Amino acid sequence: MSSVATTEPILTPAKSTPIRTRLQNALPQIVLAPSFAITLVFVYGFIAWTAYLSFTNSKTFPSYALTGTRAYERLWRWTFENDPPSSWYTSITNMGIFGVLYVGICLALGLFLAILMDQKIRGEGVLRPIFLYPLALSFIVTGVAWKWFLDPGLGLEQTLHHFGWTSFHFDWIKNKDYVIYTVVIAGVWQASGFVMAMFLAGLRGIDSEIMKAAQIDGATTGQLYRRIIIPLLRPVFLSAFIVLAHMAIKSYDLVVALTSGGPGGSAWLPSNFMYEYTFKRNEMAVGSASAIIMLMTISAIIVPYLYSELKEKAR
Amino acid sequence: MRKLMTSTAMAALALSGLAMTGLTTTAAAADKEVQMLHWWTSGGEAAALNVLKQDLAKEGFGWKDVPVAGGGGDAAMTALKAMVAAGNYPTASQMLGYTVLDYAQAGVMGDLTETAKKEGWDKSVPAALQKFSVYEGKWVAAPVNVHSVNWLWINKAVMDKIGGKQPKTFDDLIALLDKAKAAGVTPLALGGQSWQEATMFDSIVESTGGPEFYKKAFNDLDEASLKSDTMKKSFDNLARIVKYVDPNYSGRDWNLATAMVIKGEALVQVMGDWAKGEFVAAKKKPDTDFLCYRFPGTEGSVIYNSDMFGMFNVPADRKAAQVALATATLSKSFQSAFNVVKGSVPARTDVPDTAFDACGKKGIADLKAANEKGTLFGSLAQGYGAPPAIANAYKDVVSKFVHGQIKTSEEAVTQLVQAIDDAR
Repeated sequence: MSSVATTEPILTPAKSTPIRTRLQNALPQIVLAPSFAITLVFVYGFIAWTAYLSFTNSKTFPSYALTGTRAYERLWRWTFENDPPSSWYTSITNMGIFGVLYVGICLALGLFLAILMDQKIRGEGVLRPIFLYPLALSFIVTGVAWKWFLDPGLGLEQTLHHFGWTSFHFDWIKNKDYVIYTVVIAGVWQASGFVMAMFLAGLRGIDSEIMKAAQIDGATTGQLYRRIIIPLLRPVFLSAFIVLAHMAIKSYDLVVALTSGGPGGSAWLPSNFMYEYTFKRNEMAVGSASAIIMLMTISAIIVPYLYSELKEKAR
Repeated sequence: MRKLMTSTAMAALALSGLAMTGLTTTAAAADKEVQMLHWWTSGGEAAALNVLKQDLAKEGFGWKDVPVAGGGGDAAMTALKAMVAAGNYPTASQMLGYTVLDYAQAGVMGDLTETAKKEGWDKSVPAALQKFSVYEGKWVAAPVNVHSVNWLWINKAVMDKIGGKQPKTFDDLIALLDKAKAAGVTPLALGGQSWQEATMFDSIVESTGGPEFYKKAFNDLDEASLKSDTMKKSFDNLARIVKYVDPNYSGRDWNLATAMVIKGEALVQVMGDWAKGEFVAAKKKPDTDFLCYRFPGTEGSVIYNSDMFGMFNVPADRKAAQVALATATLSKSFQSAFNVVKGSVPARTDVPDTAFDACGKKGIADLKAANEKGTLFGSLAQGYGAPPAIANAYKDVVSKFVHGQIKTSEEAVTQLVQAIDDAR
């Protein structure tokens, strides 16, 4: 049929061209339609469904009778219940600590490594994959490996005691106040190599003419990086930030594998809270409400940032 | 990014639903087959389940295994939710306490009352278990076993070395732990995860307040009892006993804590009778290598949890297989064979104890006595005292108290009442 269709226009061009052109024009839409439909249902549809459920009193199973904002009221109360901390309070403060440190340290360390790597050093080809490799591991593997490494009776502390440094003490992973920082350590270890690779690509993309011009004008290396190169890397910062921010938000599995929730649930992130309440405690309404709060919080941070970045680009 | 965070719950549900569809449609076609969802995938558990598979094969029924490992059944329950939501009922599923009632309330459970009458389950299954296996007069689940949590597991060599004897009161136990400490052994092997801490606290509450108090506070959720001075004293006792753990206890898995007792690094573990499976797997014998005592002050009563096979409302052509499965599950021969392997005791009180070891024999006798005396109580930590929302809120409070987020017993009691109120 297709062979007929392709030969026909030559014979009767006037008649079939409109259909053909229309088809050709519609082709992108037709190709995109399935994935668009899937996204619409499975992403936005379920966002809407989650939002709906958060206003019901769904327990084990979804119930569709709207019963008001009780779930949100509970979360609101828990937000300020900090003595002793409620699980929700712990989760959101942990998200703040983890998010800021994880994204911040990864960006700083990634940039630092990339700048070092960009000094035309020997063996770059060997070093780059070494730094990049941790990203190939899943959060579960990273979590378990660091769990053993940080365990005072098993890993680092024990090893140093064997070497004779018996006063060495590092039990953050067992300490309710510090356990969230071990999650940061493991997370940074995993992702900073990847951020380095992104920055390295950015550095390589900078026109060497600009740098030469700056050097001729007498800029020092420090000035060169601070005033010229880092500002030019702004798009890379944007991409890295987006990638890291979403990894920070979804790092449910890292917390579970590394700490199994931490002593007294002190390592929970909002994603742990959401899963725990929806599936383990059969409080689907509260779980859904927490998911919606997460969505709104993230939108509040990401949307203005994206807006300002993309608007400037368009200018 | 939005995709990742917002609809995680729903997407997980939908995806597992899709995955399950493939499994179930093929199974539904065969009416001489039972389709069984469970999370018994570890060596001993799988071996125990194999006994049932063989029993059914003898009667000509096939076995379609749907194992969903991990998380103490959380993953399996998520899969089950998706299957039921999609209308693909399994013949039966391993389930715990209140989950059975939740599904029965949703109207998806089958009715096995006829079989129950014929087999005399009403008389042989303890009344406390029937609270979960019978819904509105209809049998909806077949209990497989009874675990109890108020046990002490003691390394006998260490016990002999420090010259200890069976503790009769909570103070005796503290004295015994002191002796072990003086001898340079870790006195208490504890895994610092919330469910383990709460499981131990179940026993402490009964030891401190007695059986009546336990029932009122943790089964009836009576607010006066939850707020009482006895509950405060229970938390104080918990504070006393957790002083005897080693520094690295936080986050440890229960079987590693058991291993400490097996190896003689620690004297005692307070744990459910599934710990016995670890001793047996390490080729240790009761009374010669290890000792099983009831937690001091809880002698004569049993704080239980139980595995059940929830029976779903399957179409008529699959009913015969379901009845066969239920009958085989509660047959005396299977109850004996299965529970010997699993470490628990039979879910009916008329099964001969000849095949069991000393601890098993004691467990069977205790269950029978507790059933007759009315001192068979659901474990709150194990989800048999109250629905999951409340049980988990309870575990939170106990764990926060153990790890120091909650500092005093007064505060703990206030938090407990508040948390249970919230979850109601």
